[in-house]
Amino acid sequence: MILRHGTMVAAAWVDHEDAIMSGAAIDPRLQPARAAPKKAFSLSWSDPRFRNIVWQVVILGTIAAIVWYLVQNTNRNLTARRIATGFDFLARTAGIPIGESLIDYDPSIHTYGRALTIGLLNTLKVAVVGVVIATIWGTLLGVARLSKNWLIAKCAAVYVEVVRDIPLLLQLLFWYSALQGLPQPRNSFHPLPGVFLSNRGVKVPLVEWEQPFWWALAALAIGIAGTMAWSRSATRKQESTGVRPKVWPVGLALMVAFPVAIWAVLGAPFDVEMPVLRGFNFVGGATLSPEYGALTIGLVIYTSAYIAEIVRSGILAVPSGQWEAAGAIGLRPGIVLRKIVLPQALRVIVPPMTSQYLNLIKNSSLAVAIGYQDIVSIANTTLNQTGQAIEGIAAIMLVYLVISLSISFFMNWYNARIALVER
Amino acid sequence: MASSETTTARLSEAAGEPVPSLAGIPAAPITRARPAITGAGPVAWARTNLFSGWVSTAVTLALIYVLGRWILGFLDWGILHAVWTVPDTAAGPDASACRDAKGTGACWAVIGEKYRFILFGRYPYDEQWRPAIVIALFIGLYIVSAMRRFWRPELLLVWVATLTAIGVLMWGGVLGMEFVPQDSWGGLPITLILSTFGLAFSFPLAVVVALGRRSTNLPAVKALCVVYVELIRGVPLITLLFMASVMFPLFMPPGLNPDKLLRAQVAVILFAGAYLAEVIRGGLQALPKGQYEAADALGLSYWEKTGFIILPQALRLVIPPLVNTFIGFFKDTSLVLIIGIFDLLTSGKVAITDPTWQGYSTEVYLVLAAIYFAFCFVMARYSRGLETEFSRTVRR
Amino acid sequence: MSQAVSMDRPHPGSNEQPAIQLEKVNKWYGALHVLRDITLTVGQKERVVVCGPSGSGKSTMIRCINRLESHQEGRIIVDGTELTDDLRALDTIRREVGMVFQSFNLFPHLTILENCTLAPIWVRKMPKAEAEELAMSYLTRVKIPEQAKKYPGQLSGGQQQRVAIARALCMKPKIMLFDEPTSALDPEMIKEVLDTMIGLAETGMTMVCVTHEMGFARQVADRVVFMDRGEIVESGPPNDLFENPQTDRLRLFLSQILRGH
Repeated sequence: MILRHGTMVAAAWVDHEDAIMSGAAIDPRLQPARAAPKKAFSLSWSDPRFRNIVWQVVILGTIAAIVWYLVQNTNRNLTARRIATGFDFLARTAGIPIGESLIDYDPSIHTYGRALTIGLLNTLKVAVVGVVIATIWGTLLGVARLSKNWLIAKCAAVYVEVVRDIPLLLQLLFWYSALQGLPQPRNSFHPLPGVFLSNRGVKVPLVEWEQPFWWALAALAIGIAGTMAWSRSATRKQESTGVRPKVWPVGLALMVAFPVAIWAVLGAPFDVEMPVLRGFNFVGGATLSPEYGALTIGLVIYTSAYIAEIVRSGILAVPSGQWEAAGAIGLRPGIVLRKIVLPQALRVIVPPMTSQYLNLIKNSSLAVAIGYQDIVSIANTTLNQTGQAIEGIAAIMLVYLVISLSISFFMNWYNARIALVER
Repeated sequence: MASSETTTARLSEAAGEPVPSLAGIPAAPITRARPAITGAGPVAWARTNLFSGWVSTAVTLALIYVLGRWILGFLDWGILHAVWTVPDTAAGPDASACRDAKGTGACWAVIGEKYRFILFGRYPYDEQWRPAIVIALFIGLYIVSAMRRFWRPELLLVWVATLTAIGVLMWGGVLGMEFVPQDSWGGLPITLILSTFGLAFSFPLAVVVALGRRSTNLPAVKALCVVYVELIRGVPLITLLFMASVMFPLFMPPGLNPDKLLRAQVAVILFAGAYLAEVIRGGLQALPKGQYEAADALGLSYWEKTGFIILPQALRLVIPPLVNTFIGFFKDTSLVLIIGIFDLLTSGKVAITDPTWQGYSTEVYLVLAAIYFAFCFVMARYSRGLETEFSRTVRR
Repeated sequence: MSQAVSMDRPHPGSNEQPAIQLEKVNKWYGALHVLRDITLTVGQKERVVVCGPSGSGKSTMIRCINRLESHQEGRIIVDGTELTDDLRALDTIRREVGMVFQSFNLFPHLTILENCTLAPIWVRKMPKAEAEELAMSYLTRVKIPEQAKKYPGQLSGGQQQRVAIARALCMKPKIMLFDEPTSALDPEMIKEVLDTMIGLAETGMTMVCVTHEMGFARQVADRVVFMDRGEIVESGPPNDLFENPQTDRLRLFLSQILRGH
């Protein structure tokens, strides 16, 4: 901390010195004849370093003693109740029925480890979709709150206020009972061809994923990389000649036409499996279960209210003077938005936004209350069956900690990169 | 000066008068097109705010249509065709009227029959005046704490006294009141108890952790505080509640079995402590360094400095985010549903498992939402008001 | 002859122990050597003004005297006590040294009176009534006794700085340090603060003052010390320094400062 302060102060000093003492020799303070002496360490109470070490030893020691006491108790209780310890249970057969999973699962042969992995995938399924939709919807709401149209602004404000003042769990229960109130499959809503809404979930047509799709995906990745490279070369050309070649036609060709062409060349397969009513339920197609639907809808609606507020404060954080000054020097609104307003607004928006994403992911743990089998729900069942509460809960906490620490890490990196340089 | 001349010219131009000649340039006659119709009044307001352009008009009309349908539909269901009471028979209330009205009318009768269960849980029927007083005491406590003129050290005594009174009322066993164990408590008092006691007991913990996190002399203490805060904030509250209900009994020496409510309360305290610590730390950071230096220069010790100068200012700074965090706790107490503790939400959910009243979840959920909304909205409004007031005060 | 405040006082450098002694004090901020071999002696009842360009180390030097910054090499002896990491020494020194800051640093949540009585009550263990009497006497001296029950936010900048001076004086220090006391004030309020400091000088207080106010230096200072780039370049009576600068650096500084005067 002192080093940073010192270099900042030094910079200010040196600048000022250059201003006043122009022509003088290089500032001798920057090229010291010698460095700071190391201080001798004395084992007496008057040396602050010694004092600090003593205090830390005392405090850590007390806490370590308490932890040791708790661990002793725990061991005693575990042996008394004949509960196993360790993570061997992960290899045992699970026997947990799981309603929906992205990978193959058979309760009679697959292990707890696989079950927990499925739980994690289910959590990620909700998290990714939830984050994307909540961001889009939340941004629209935030912009709507700033609209000049009084009705739009008021509606958005009422939405945000109401949603934020009601517990998320209550909202989830409400959505779940609403989705369960949908009619039976034989009387389901049929808004679009192949889409059926019933109390057994939302059925949508499923496109068979075949080889050419993988190649098309690879082509898309190449297209994205190519567009970025083209954009960079366009910037270079603009810097040297002043003329910026158009990026969007190239981007369109690389990211849309190229993958489609690859797919077409490789046979253009497009087998759609439509859901068909057979007996009491549908067969074929893909299902979005009511549990998943309720969880996602509830999380999106709740988190978007918070995101709306963040976006609104981000936009408001950019003073109107910025727009005026930019307009005064002749910049068009598109450029002003991209180069001046958005960078400043994003600085204010990104940190709280990432913590809202984190909240959404943590809130998805409420799935256990409506029967959606995410990692918490499956781990809960596991620890009930094996009796190994500590390992189960530790596993859940570890998963969430990894996710949240990665997001914090990213945010710190982003903050450090975009921090405004100040005096 | 040249600038005042041009200003005068502009002013007179705006007024429609011919511009006086400037430095020999002959005055030009001013012709003006008629200005657009403006003015005050509701029509003008509607013009600018609702119908200012094609897109705006289209959206306004669409919104009015959709909102109108919803609101009319809700009024129709909720008021016009609603069933307010049902007759009482020997075998219990007769809900056939409600069943007939299902889909077209709300069944508010379920609230009429079940409101005592929703509000007070399984508390003995005759003693329910006690949790009712407890609810009133909590509301009173909030109101008193919110008023600025009571922000004195004596407020602490008021809190201690009120919380003790609440404990006495809920448990009973003294002053002629029947003893009621915690297992029978439920409903709104549990929500209030969990959140308020959580805030009260986590506050000292949060202050210590916030100070510890800012310590430069004791890196081990700082690391400990960082680990605590990041650990708690990185995991969902549900895992802490699971930990409390399942793991705490394992930590205790054999024979000591802490009550379920106490376990949940400890989990809420630990949870609240981490979040409050971050809020307080923000306040400590916002305080100008000069305050620390002035206190040092006067010779005050660390604890004198912290107690007299730093904390009073820092805590006052963070009251709005503190209230917002409390609103979050208040809503989060609903999670105890998952570990089987009877708070307001649980009581509501259990109320509709009664066979007579199955299927009327919407009505019950709406009432629960209204109660939560009432509390949270008032608190949110209050904290916003404080924030505006604080940002107006110039801080030197 | 300068308009120096005249009164009978022992000439600095007599047998009496000096108030502040800095011997070859060096300080580094990381790799930056910000104080280089500072040697300075301030005698009892002496008034020293330190001047120099921004960033020359003047504030750092006087903040080292009451340990708001710590030095790495050299000795600092204040009122006979050496400044080390020893807590007791630090307490003794901070009790005898008062400081007035550029940004006043009054405690905004306490009244003026409470600002002044806090330290005497808790550090000097004075009974409350006695502390309040003392505070009122100093507030009268800085000419704002009627503001005692007000809060700092209700006072003007000049009034706040005078309260800051009174607050420091309530600890009955032997030495007063001023770190650019008028730099944050609007011009019309500078005079009232300077007058207060002149009045303080007339009572024989030992003062070390970092300031750009050269008129004040001429009137009050026994000695002016010119610092540049972390070292003391010149030092001497104000008139000698201002009329006959010996070094180019001082000449350049004076030409830029005195242009406005």
